[in-house]
Amino acid sequence: MTKLKSTSELEKLRKKIISEKDPKKRCIAVCSGTGCLASGSKHLSEVFQEELKKYKLSGKMEIRKTGCHGFCEKGPIVLIYPDEICYLKVKATDVSDIISQTIKEGKIVDRLLYTDPNTGKKIAKEYEIPFYKNQNRLIFGNNSKIDPTSIEDYLALGGYTALAKTLFKFKPEQVIEEVKKAELRGRGGGGFPAGKKWESTRKASGEPKYIIVNCDEGDPGAFMDRSLMEGNPHLVLEGLIIGGYAIGSHEGFIYVRQEYPLAVENTELAIKKAEELGLLGKNILGSGFDFTISIHRGAGAFVSGESSALMSAIEGKVGEPRSKYVHTSAKGLWDKPSNLNNVETFANVPIIINKGAEWFRKIGTEGSKGTKIFSLVGKVNNTGLVEVPMGTTLRQIIYDIGGGIPKEKKFKAVQTGGPSGGCLPEKFLDFPVDFDELYKAGSMMGSGGMIVMDEDTCMVDLAKYFTNFLADESCGKCVPCREGLRHMLKILEDITAGKATKEHVAHLEELSEVVRDASLCALGQSAPNPVLSTLRYFRDEYDAHIRGECPAKVCKNLIAYYIDPERCQGCGLCRKNCPTNAIRGETKTVHVINQEKCIKCNTCFDVCPKNFRAVSKLSGKPVPTLVNDGTPIKPLKR
Amino acid sequence: MKKVTLQIDEKKIDAEEGQTVFQAAKKAGIIIPNLCYHDNLEPFGACRLCMVEIEKHNRKRLVASCCYPVEEGLVVVTRNEKIDKIRRVLSELLLAISPSGTHAVLAKEYGVTESRFELEQNPDSPCNLCGLCVRYCKEIKKSNAVAFNGRGVNKKVALVPGVSDQCLSCRQCFTVCDAGKIVYLVDNLL
Repeated sequence: MTKLKSTSELEKLRKKIISEKDPKKRCIAVCSGTGCLASGSKHLSEVFQEELKKYKLSGKMEIRKTGCHGFCEKGPIVLIYPDEICYLKVKATDVSDIISQTIKEGKIVDRLLYTDPNTGKKIAKEYEIPFYKNQNRLIFGNNSKIDPTSIEDYLALGGYTALAKTLFKFKPEQVIEEVKKAELRGRGGGGFPAGKKWESTRKASGEPKYIIVNCDEGDPGAFMDRSLMEGNPHLVLEGLIIGGYAIGSHEGFIYVRQEYPLAVENTELAIKKAEELGLLGKNILGSGFDFTISIHRGAGAFVSGESSALMSAIEGKVGEPRSKYVHTSAKGLWDKPSNLNNVETFANVPIIINKGAEWFRKIGTEGSKGTKIFSLVGKVNNTGLVEVPMGTTLRQIIYDIGGGIPKEKKFKAVQTGGPSGGCLPEKFLDFPVDFDELYKAGSMMGSGGMIVMDEDTCMVDLAKYFTNFLADESCGKCVPCREGLRHMLKILEDITAGKATKEHVAHLEELSEVVRDASLCALGQSAPNPVLSTLRYFRDEYDAHIRGECPAKVCKNLIAYYIDPERCQGCGLCRKNCPTNAIRGETKTVHVINQEKCIKCNTCFDVCPKNFRAVSKLSGKPVPTLVNDGTPIKPLKR
Repeated sequence: MKKVTLQIDEKKIDAEEGQTVFQAAKKAGIIIPNLCYHDNLEPFGACRLCMVEIEKHNRKRLVASCCYPVEEGLVVVTRNEKIDKIRRVLSELLLAISPSGTHAVLAKEYGVTESRFELEQNPDSPCNLCGLCVRYCKEIKKSNAVAFNGRGVNKKVALVPGVSDQCLSCRQCFTVCDAGKIVYLVDNLL
């Protein structure tokens, strides 16, 4: 490929690419994001190729391996353009039907469509499925339309127009002004105004200046940055180059965590292709602006997502944070002015430049503009990636898009903001989700993790789980975070084991406050959030544990399994499956659990037939003493 | 050096730009508790005992004074209820590592006689990971023979194999160690 030397050459190439693409020509888009790859989409694309050959259709249509579509719960996803027919949970054995019916005859394969769980109605078009219909996929929308390894696909959709506009029509200060006017706030967690950060890096003295993309996404269950980096790398590159131009930097870094090999692969390729076209490197598009990008692979520490720790890691040192009273915008990477933003923040930039700050500001709330991608996981029907305008309520996200709680269980809480976010109870369901509102409620936006919990979740156990994660991921530099989390975890273990008193809960609360106020970096400062927010909204559960009861019946030390003699039908399933032979009983006689031998593995509870429901969990009350005396069963009335 | 004037505990103090709040206070005779500070070493900000409250643009914030640079007109308070609470709880956490040491004196000053937290069972000798030995070896001795090993709750001070042979004859960092950990490690080299 020859390097493009001007905007007109870029537009000429774009025209050529578009003219070669027949919009009426069918295209089978197979989601090849990590989620769908894990459920077999790589094989699926191969089968599609083979089947097309069989039907002598090769070359007549495109099999496009796209990035993540977001609806990971129902993967592998296949989207047929131009009709936008969406097939879910597609298996290799379905391919033949898709080609013979949909491709050849224009018929729809009903069994692969989305079924509305409320009405039972089948929905064929992607944009009509509630999961998609209720989103606003400003950033994420192109993921399902492009092959991330093809710069042509990105160009066909208007890629790099924002870069050309920036380089030839904007002075660096004007770019910063535009981003400031758009009120774009950092999507990585802090919510700091991106334009302001760019401005202070630009104004800082010292050369060279660096600009860095933070793709060290470490929150358990979060994968929005991964999916963007894997699925639409050029969008991030374009945002980064524009950022570099704005702050006066000629060297960019993308810090990708080691665990994201596909993101690294696709980004490397994207950089190479952008360089070949002269969109990156020396004298970009003939503008005189030089910019290079290198990828730095993280080594797997959660704390390295913190800006000063991340910069240490790029320098080749241990990824440990330092005090940031002198901001990294003044003294960052190699003590030079450095600007760090998250993947999603950069992905917003080309859109702001193309459509203008005024347009962008119309989306969202007073204090938070634009959209936000959330990784919706946990006890929710439609897990996946969800992009909504700021200010959308939790209820809209969890119920309208997420399809509510599975198995008709009751909603209990939602944790926003990743492992160090807070847990919000039901009364916040109609709360608008934005940076400031979540903070006021005792949680945070974080990078967009959203974990839904149902009535079977024990909030103390949950706080223990996240505290354990954070204690494990603490770098250990400062006393409050290292020692504080260690002792917070110990107290939480005692509470869930039923060995704690009211005083312990008071100690936990005081300690949490000190860890929050005294820790060196954001990891420690936010680490007590799960404890503090559950103490704020679910204190009754802590009190119950002190009394010896786990209301959700999760904490093993506080529960006992019991077979109701009125319901036991003597089928023997529990006895046969019990790993410790703790259950005694003859067939057709009432079975009894020996509490001394029971290890509370839940097997009897799981295997007891649904229509008997004889095994139950007890907590906070004594287990009725029964002897295994061969009492005959009482048949259940049907 | 540019001079700046700031206020610490209602006292007007002259300082030089580039100094930290801790250094300015020390020069003026105001003692702020600390474990990881050393005049000749780069600020580390790990023990957090030197947290103070600063006021800027009518907003109050808790910061580590050993890292926070002085600024013209900055208002600093080195003791109040919030700060005392932090120092009290931190000294309890330190007492759980080791019942004796500089922090035990501090704990008493802040009214702590006993830690509410379970005493750590140290297999060898206790260490609060202030990093003075590590930083002394790196910044002054320039040997990098002492280093941190591990992460988070498993973090330890350790001698770097191959480099630490010189430790037996050097022993300079012994003077900066409060807990005696480094003495223990070097003694066990033999």
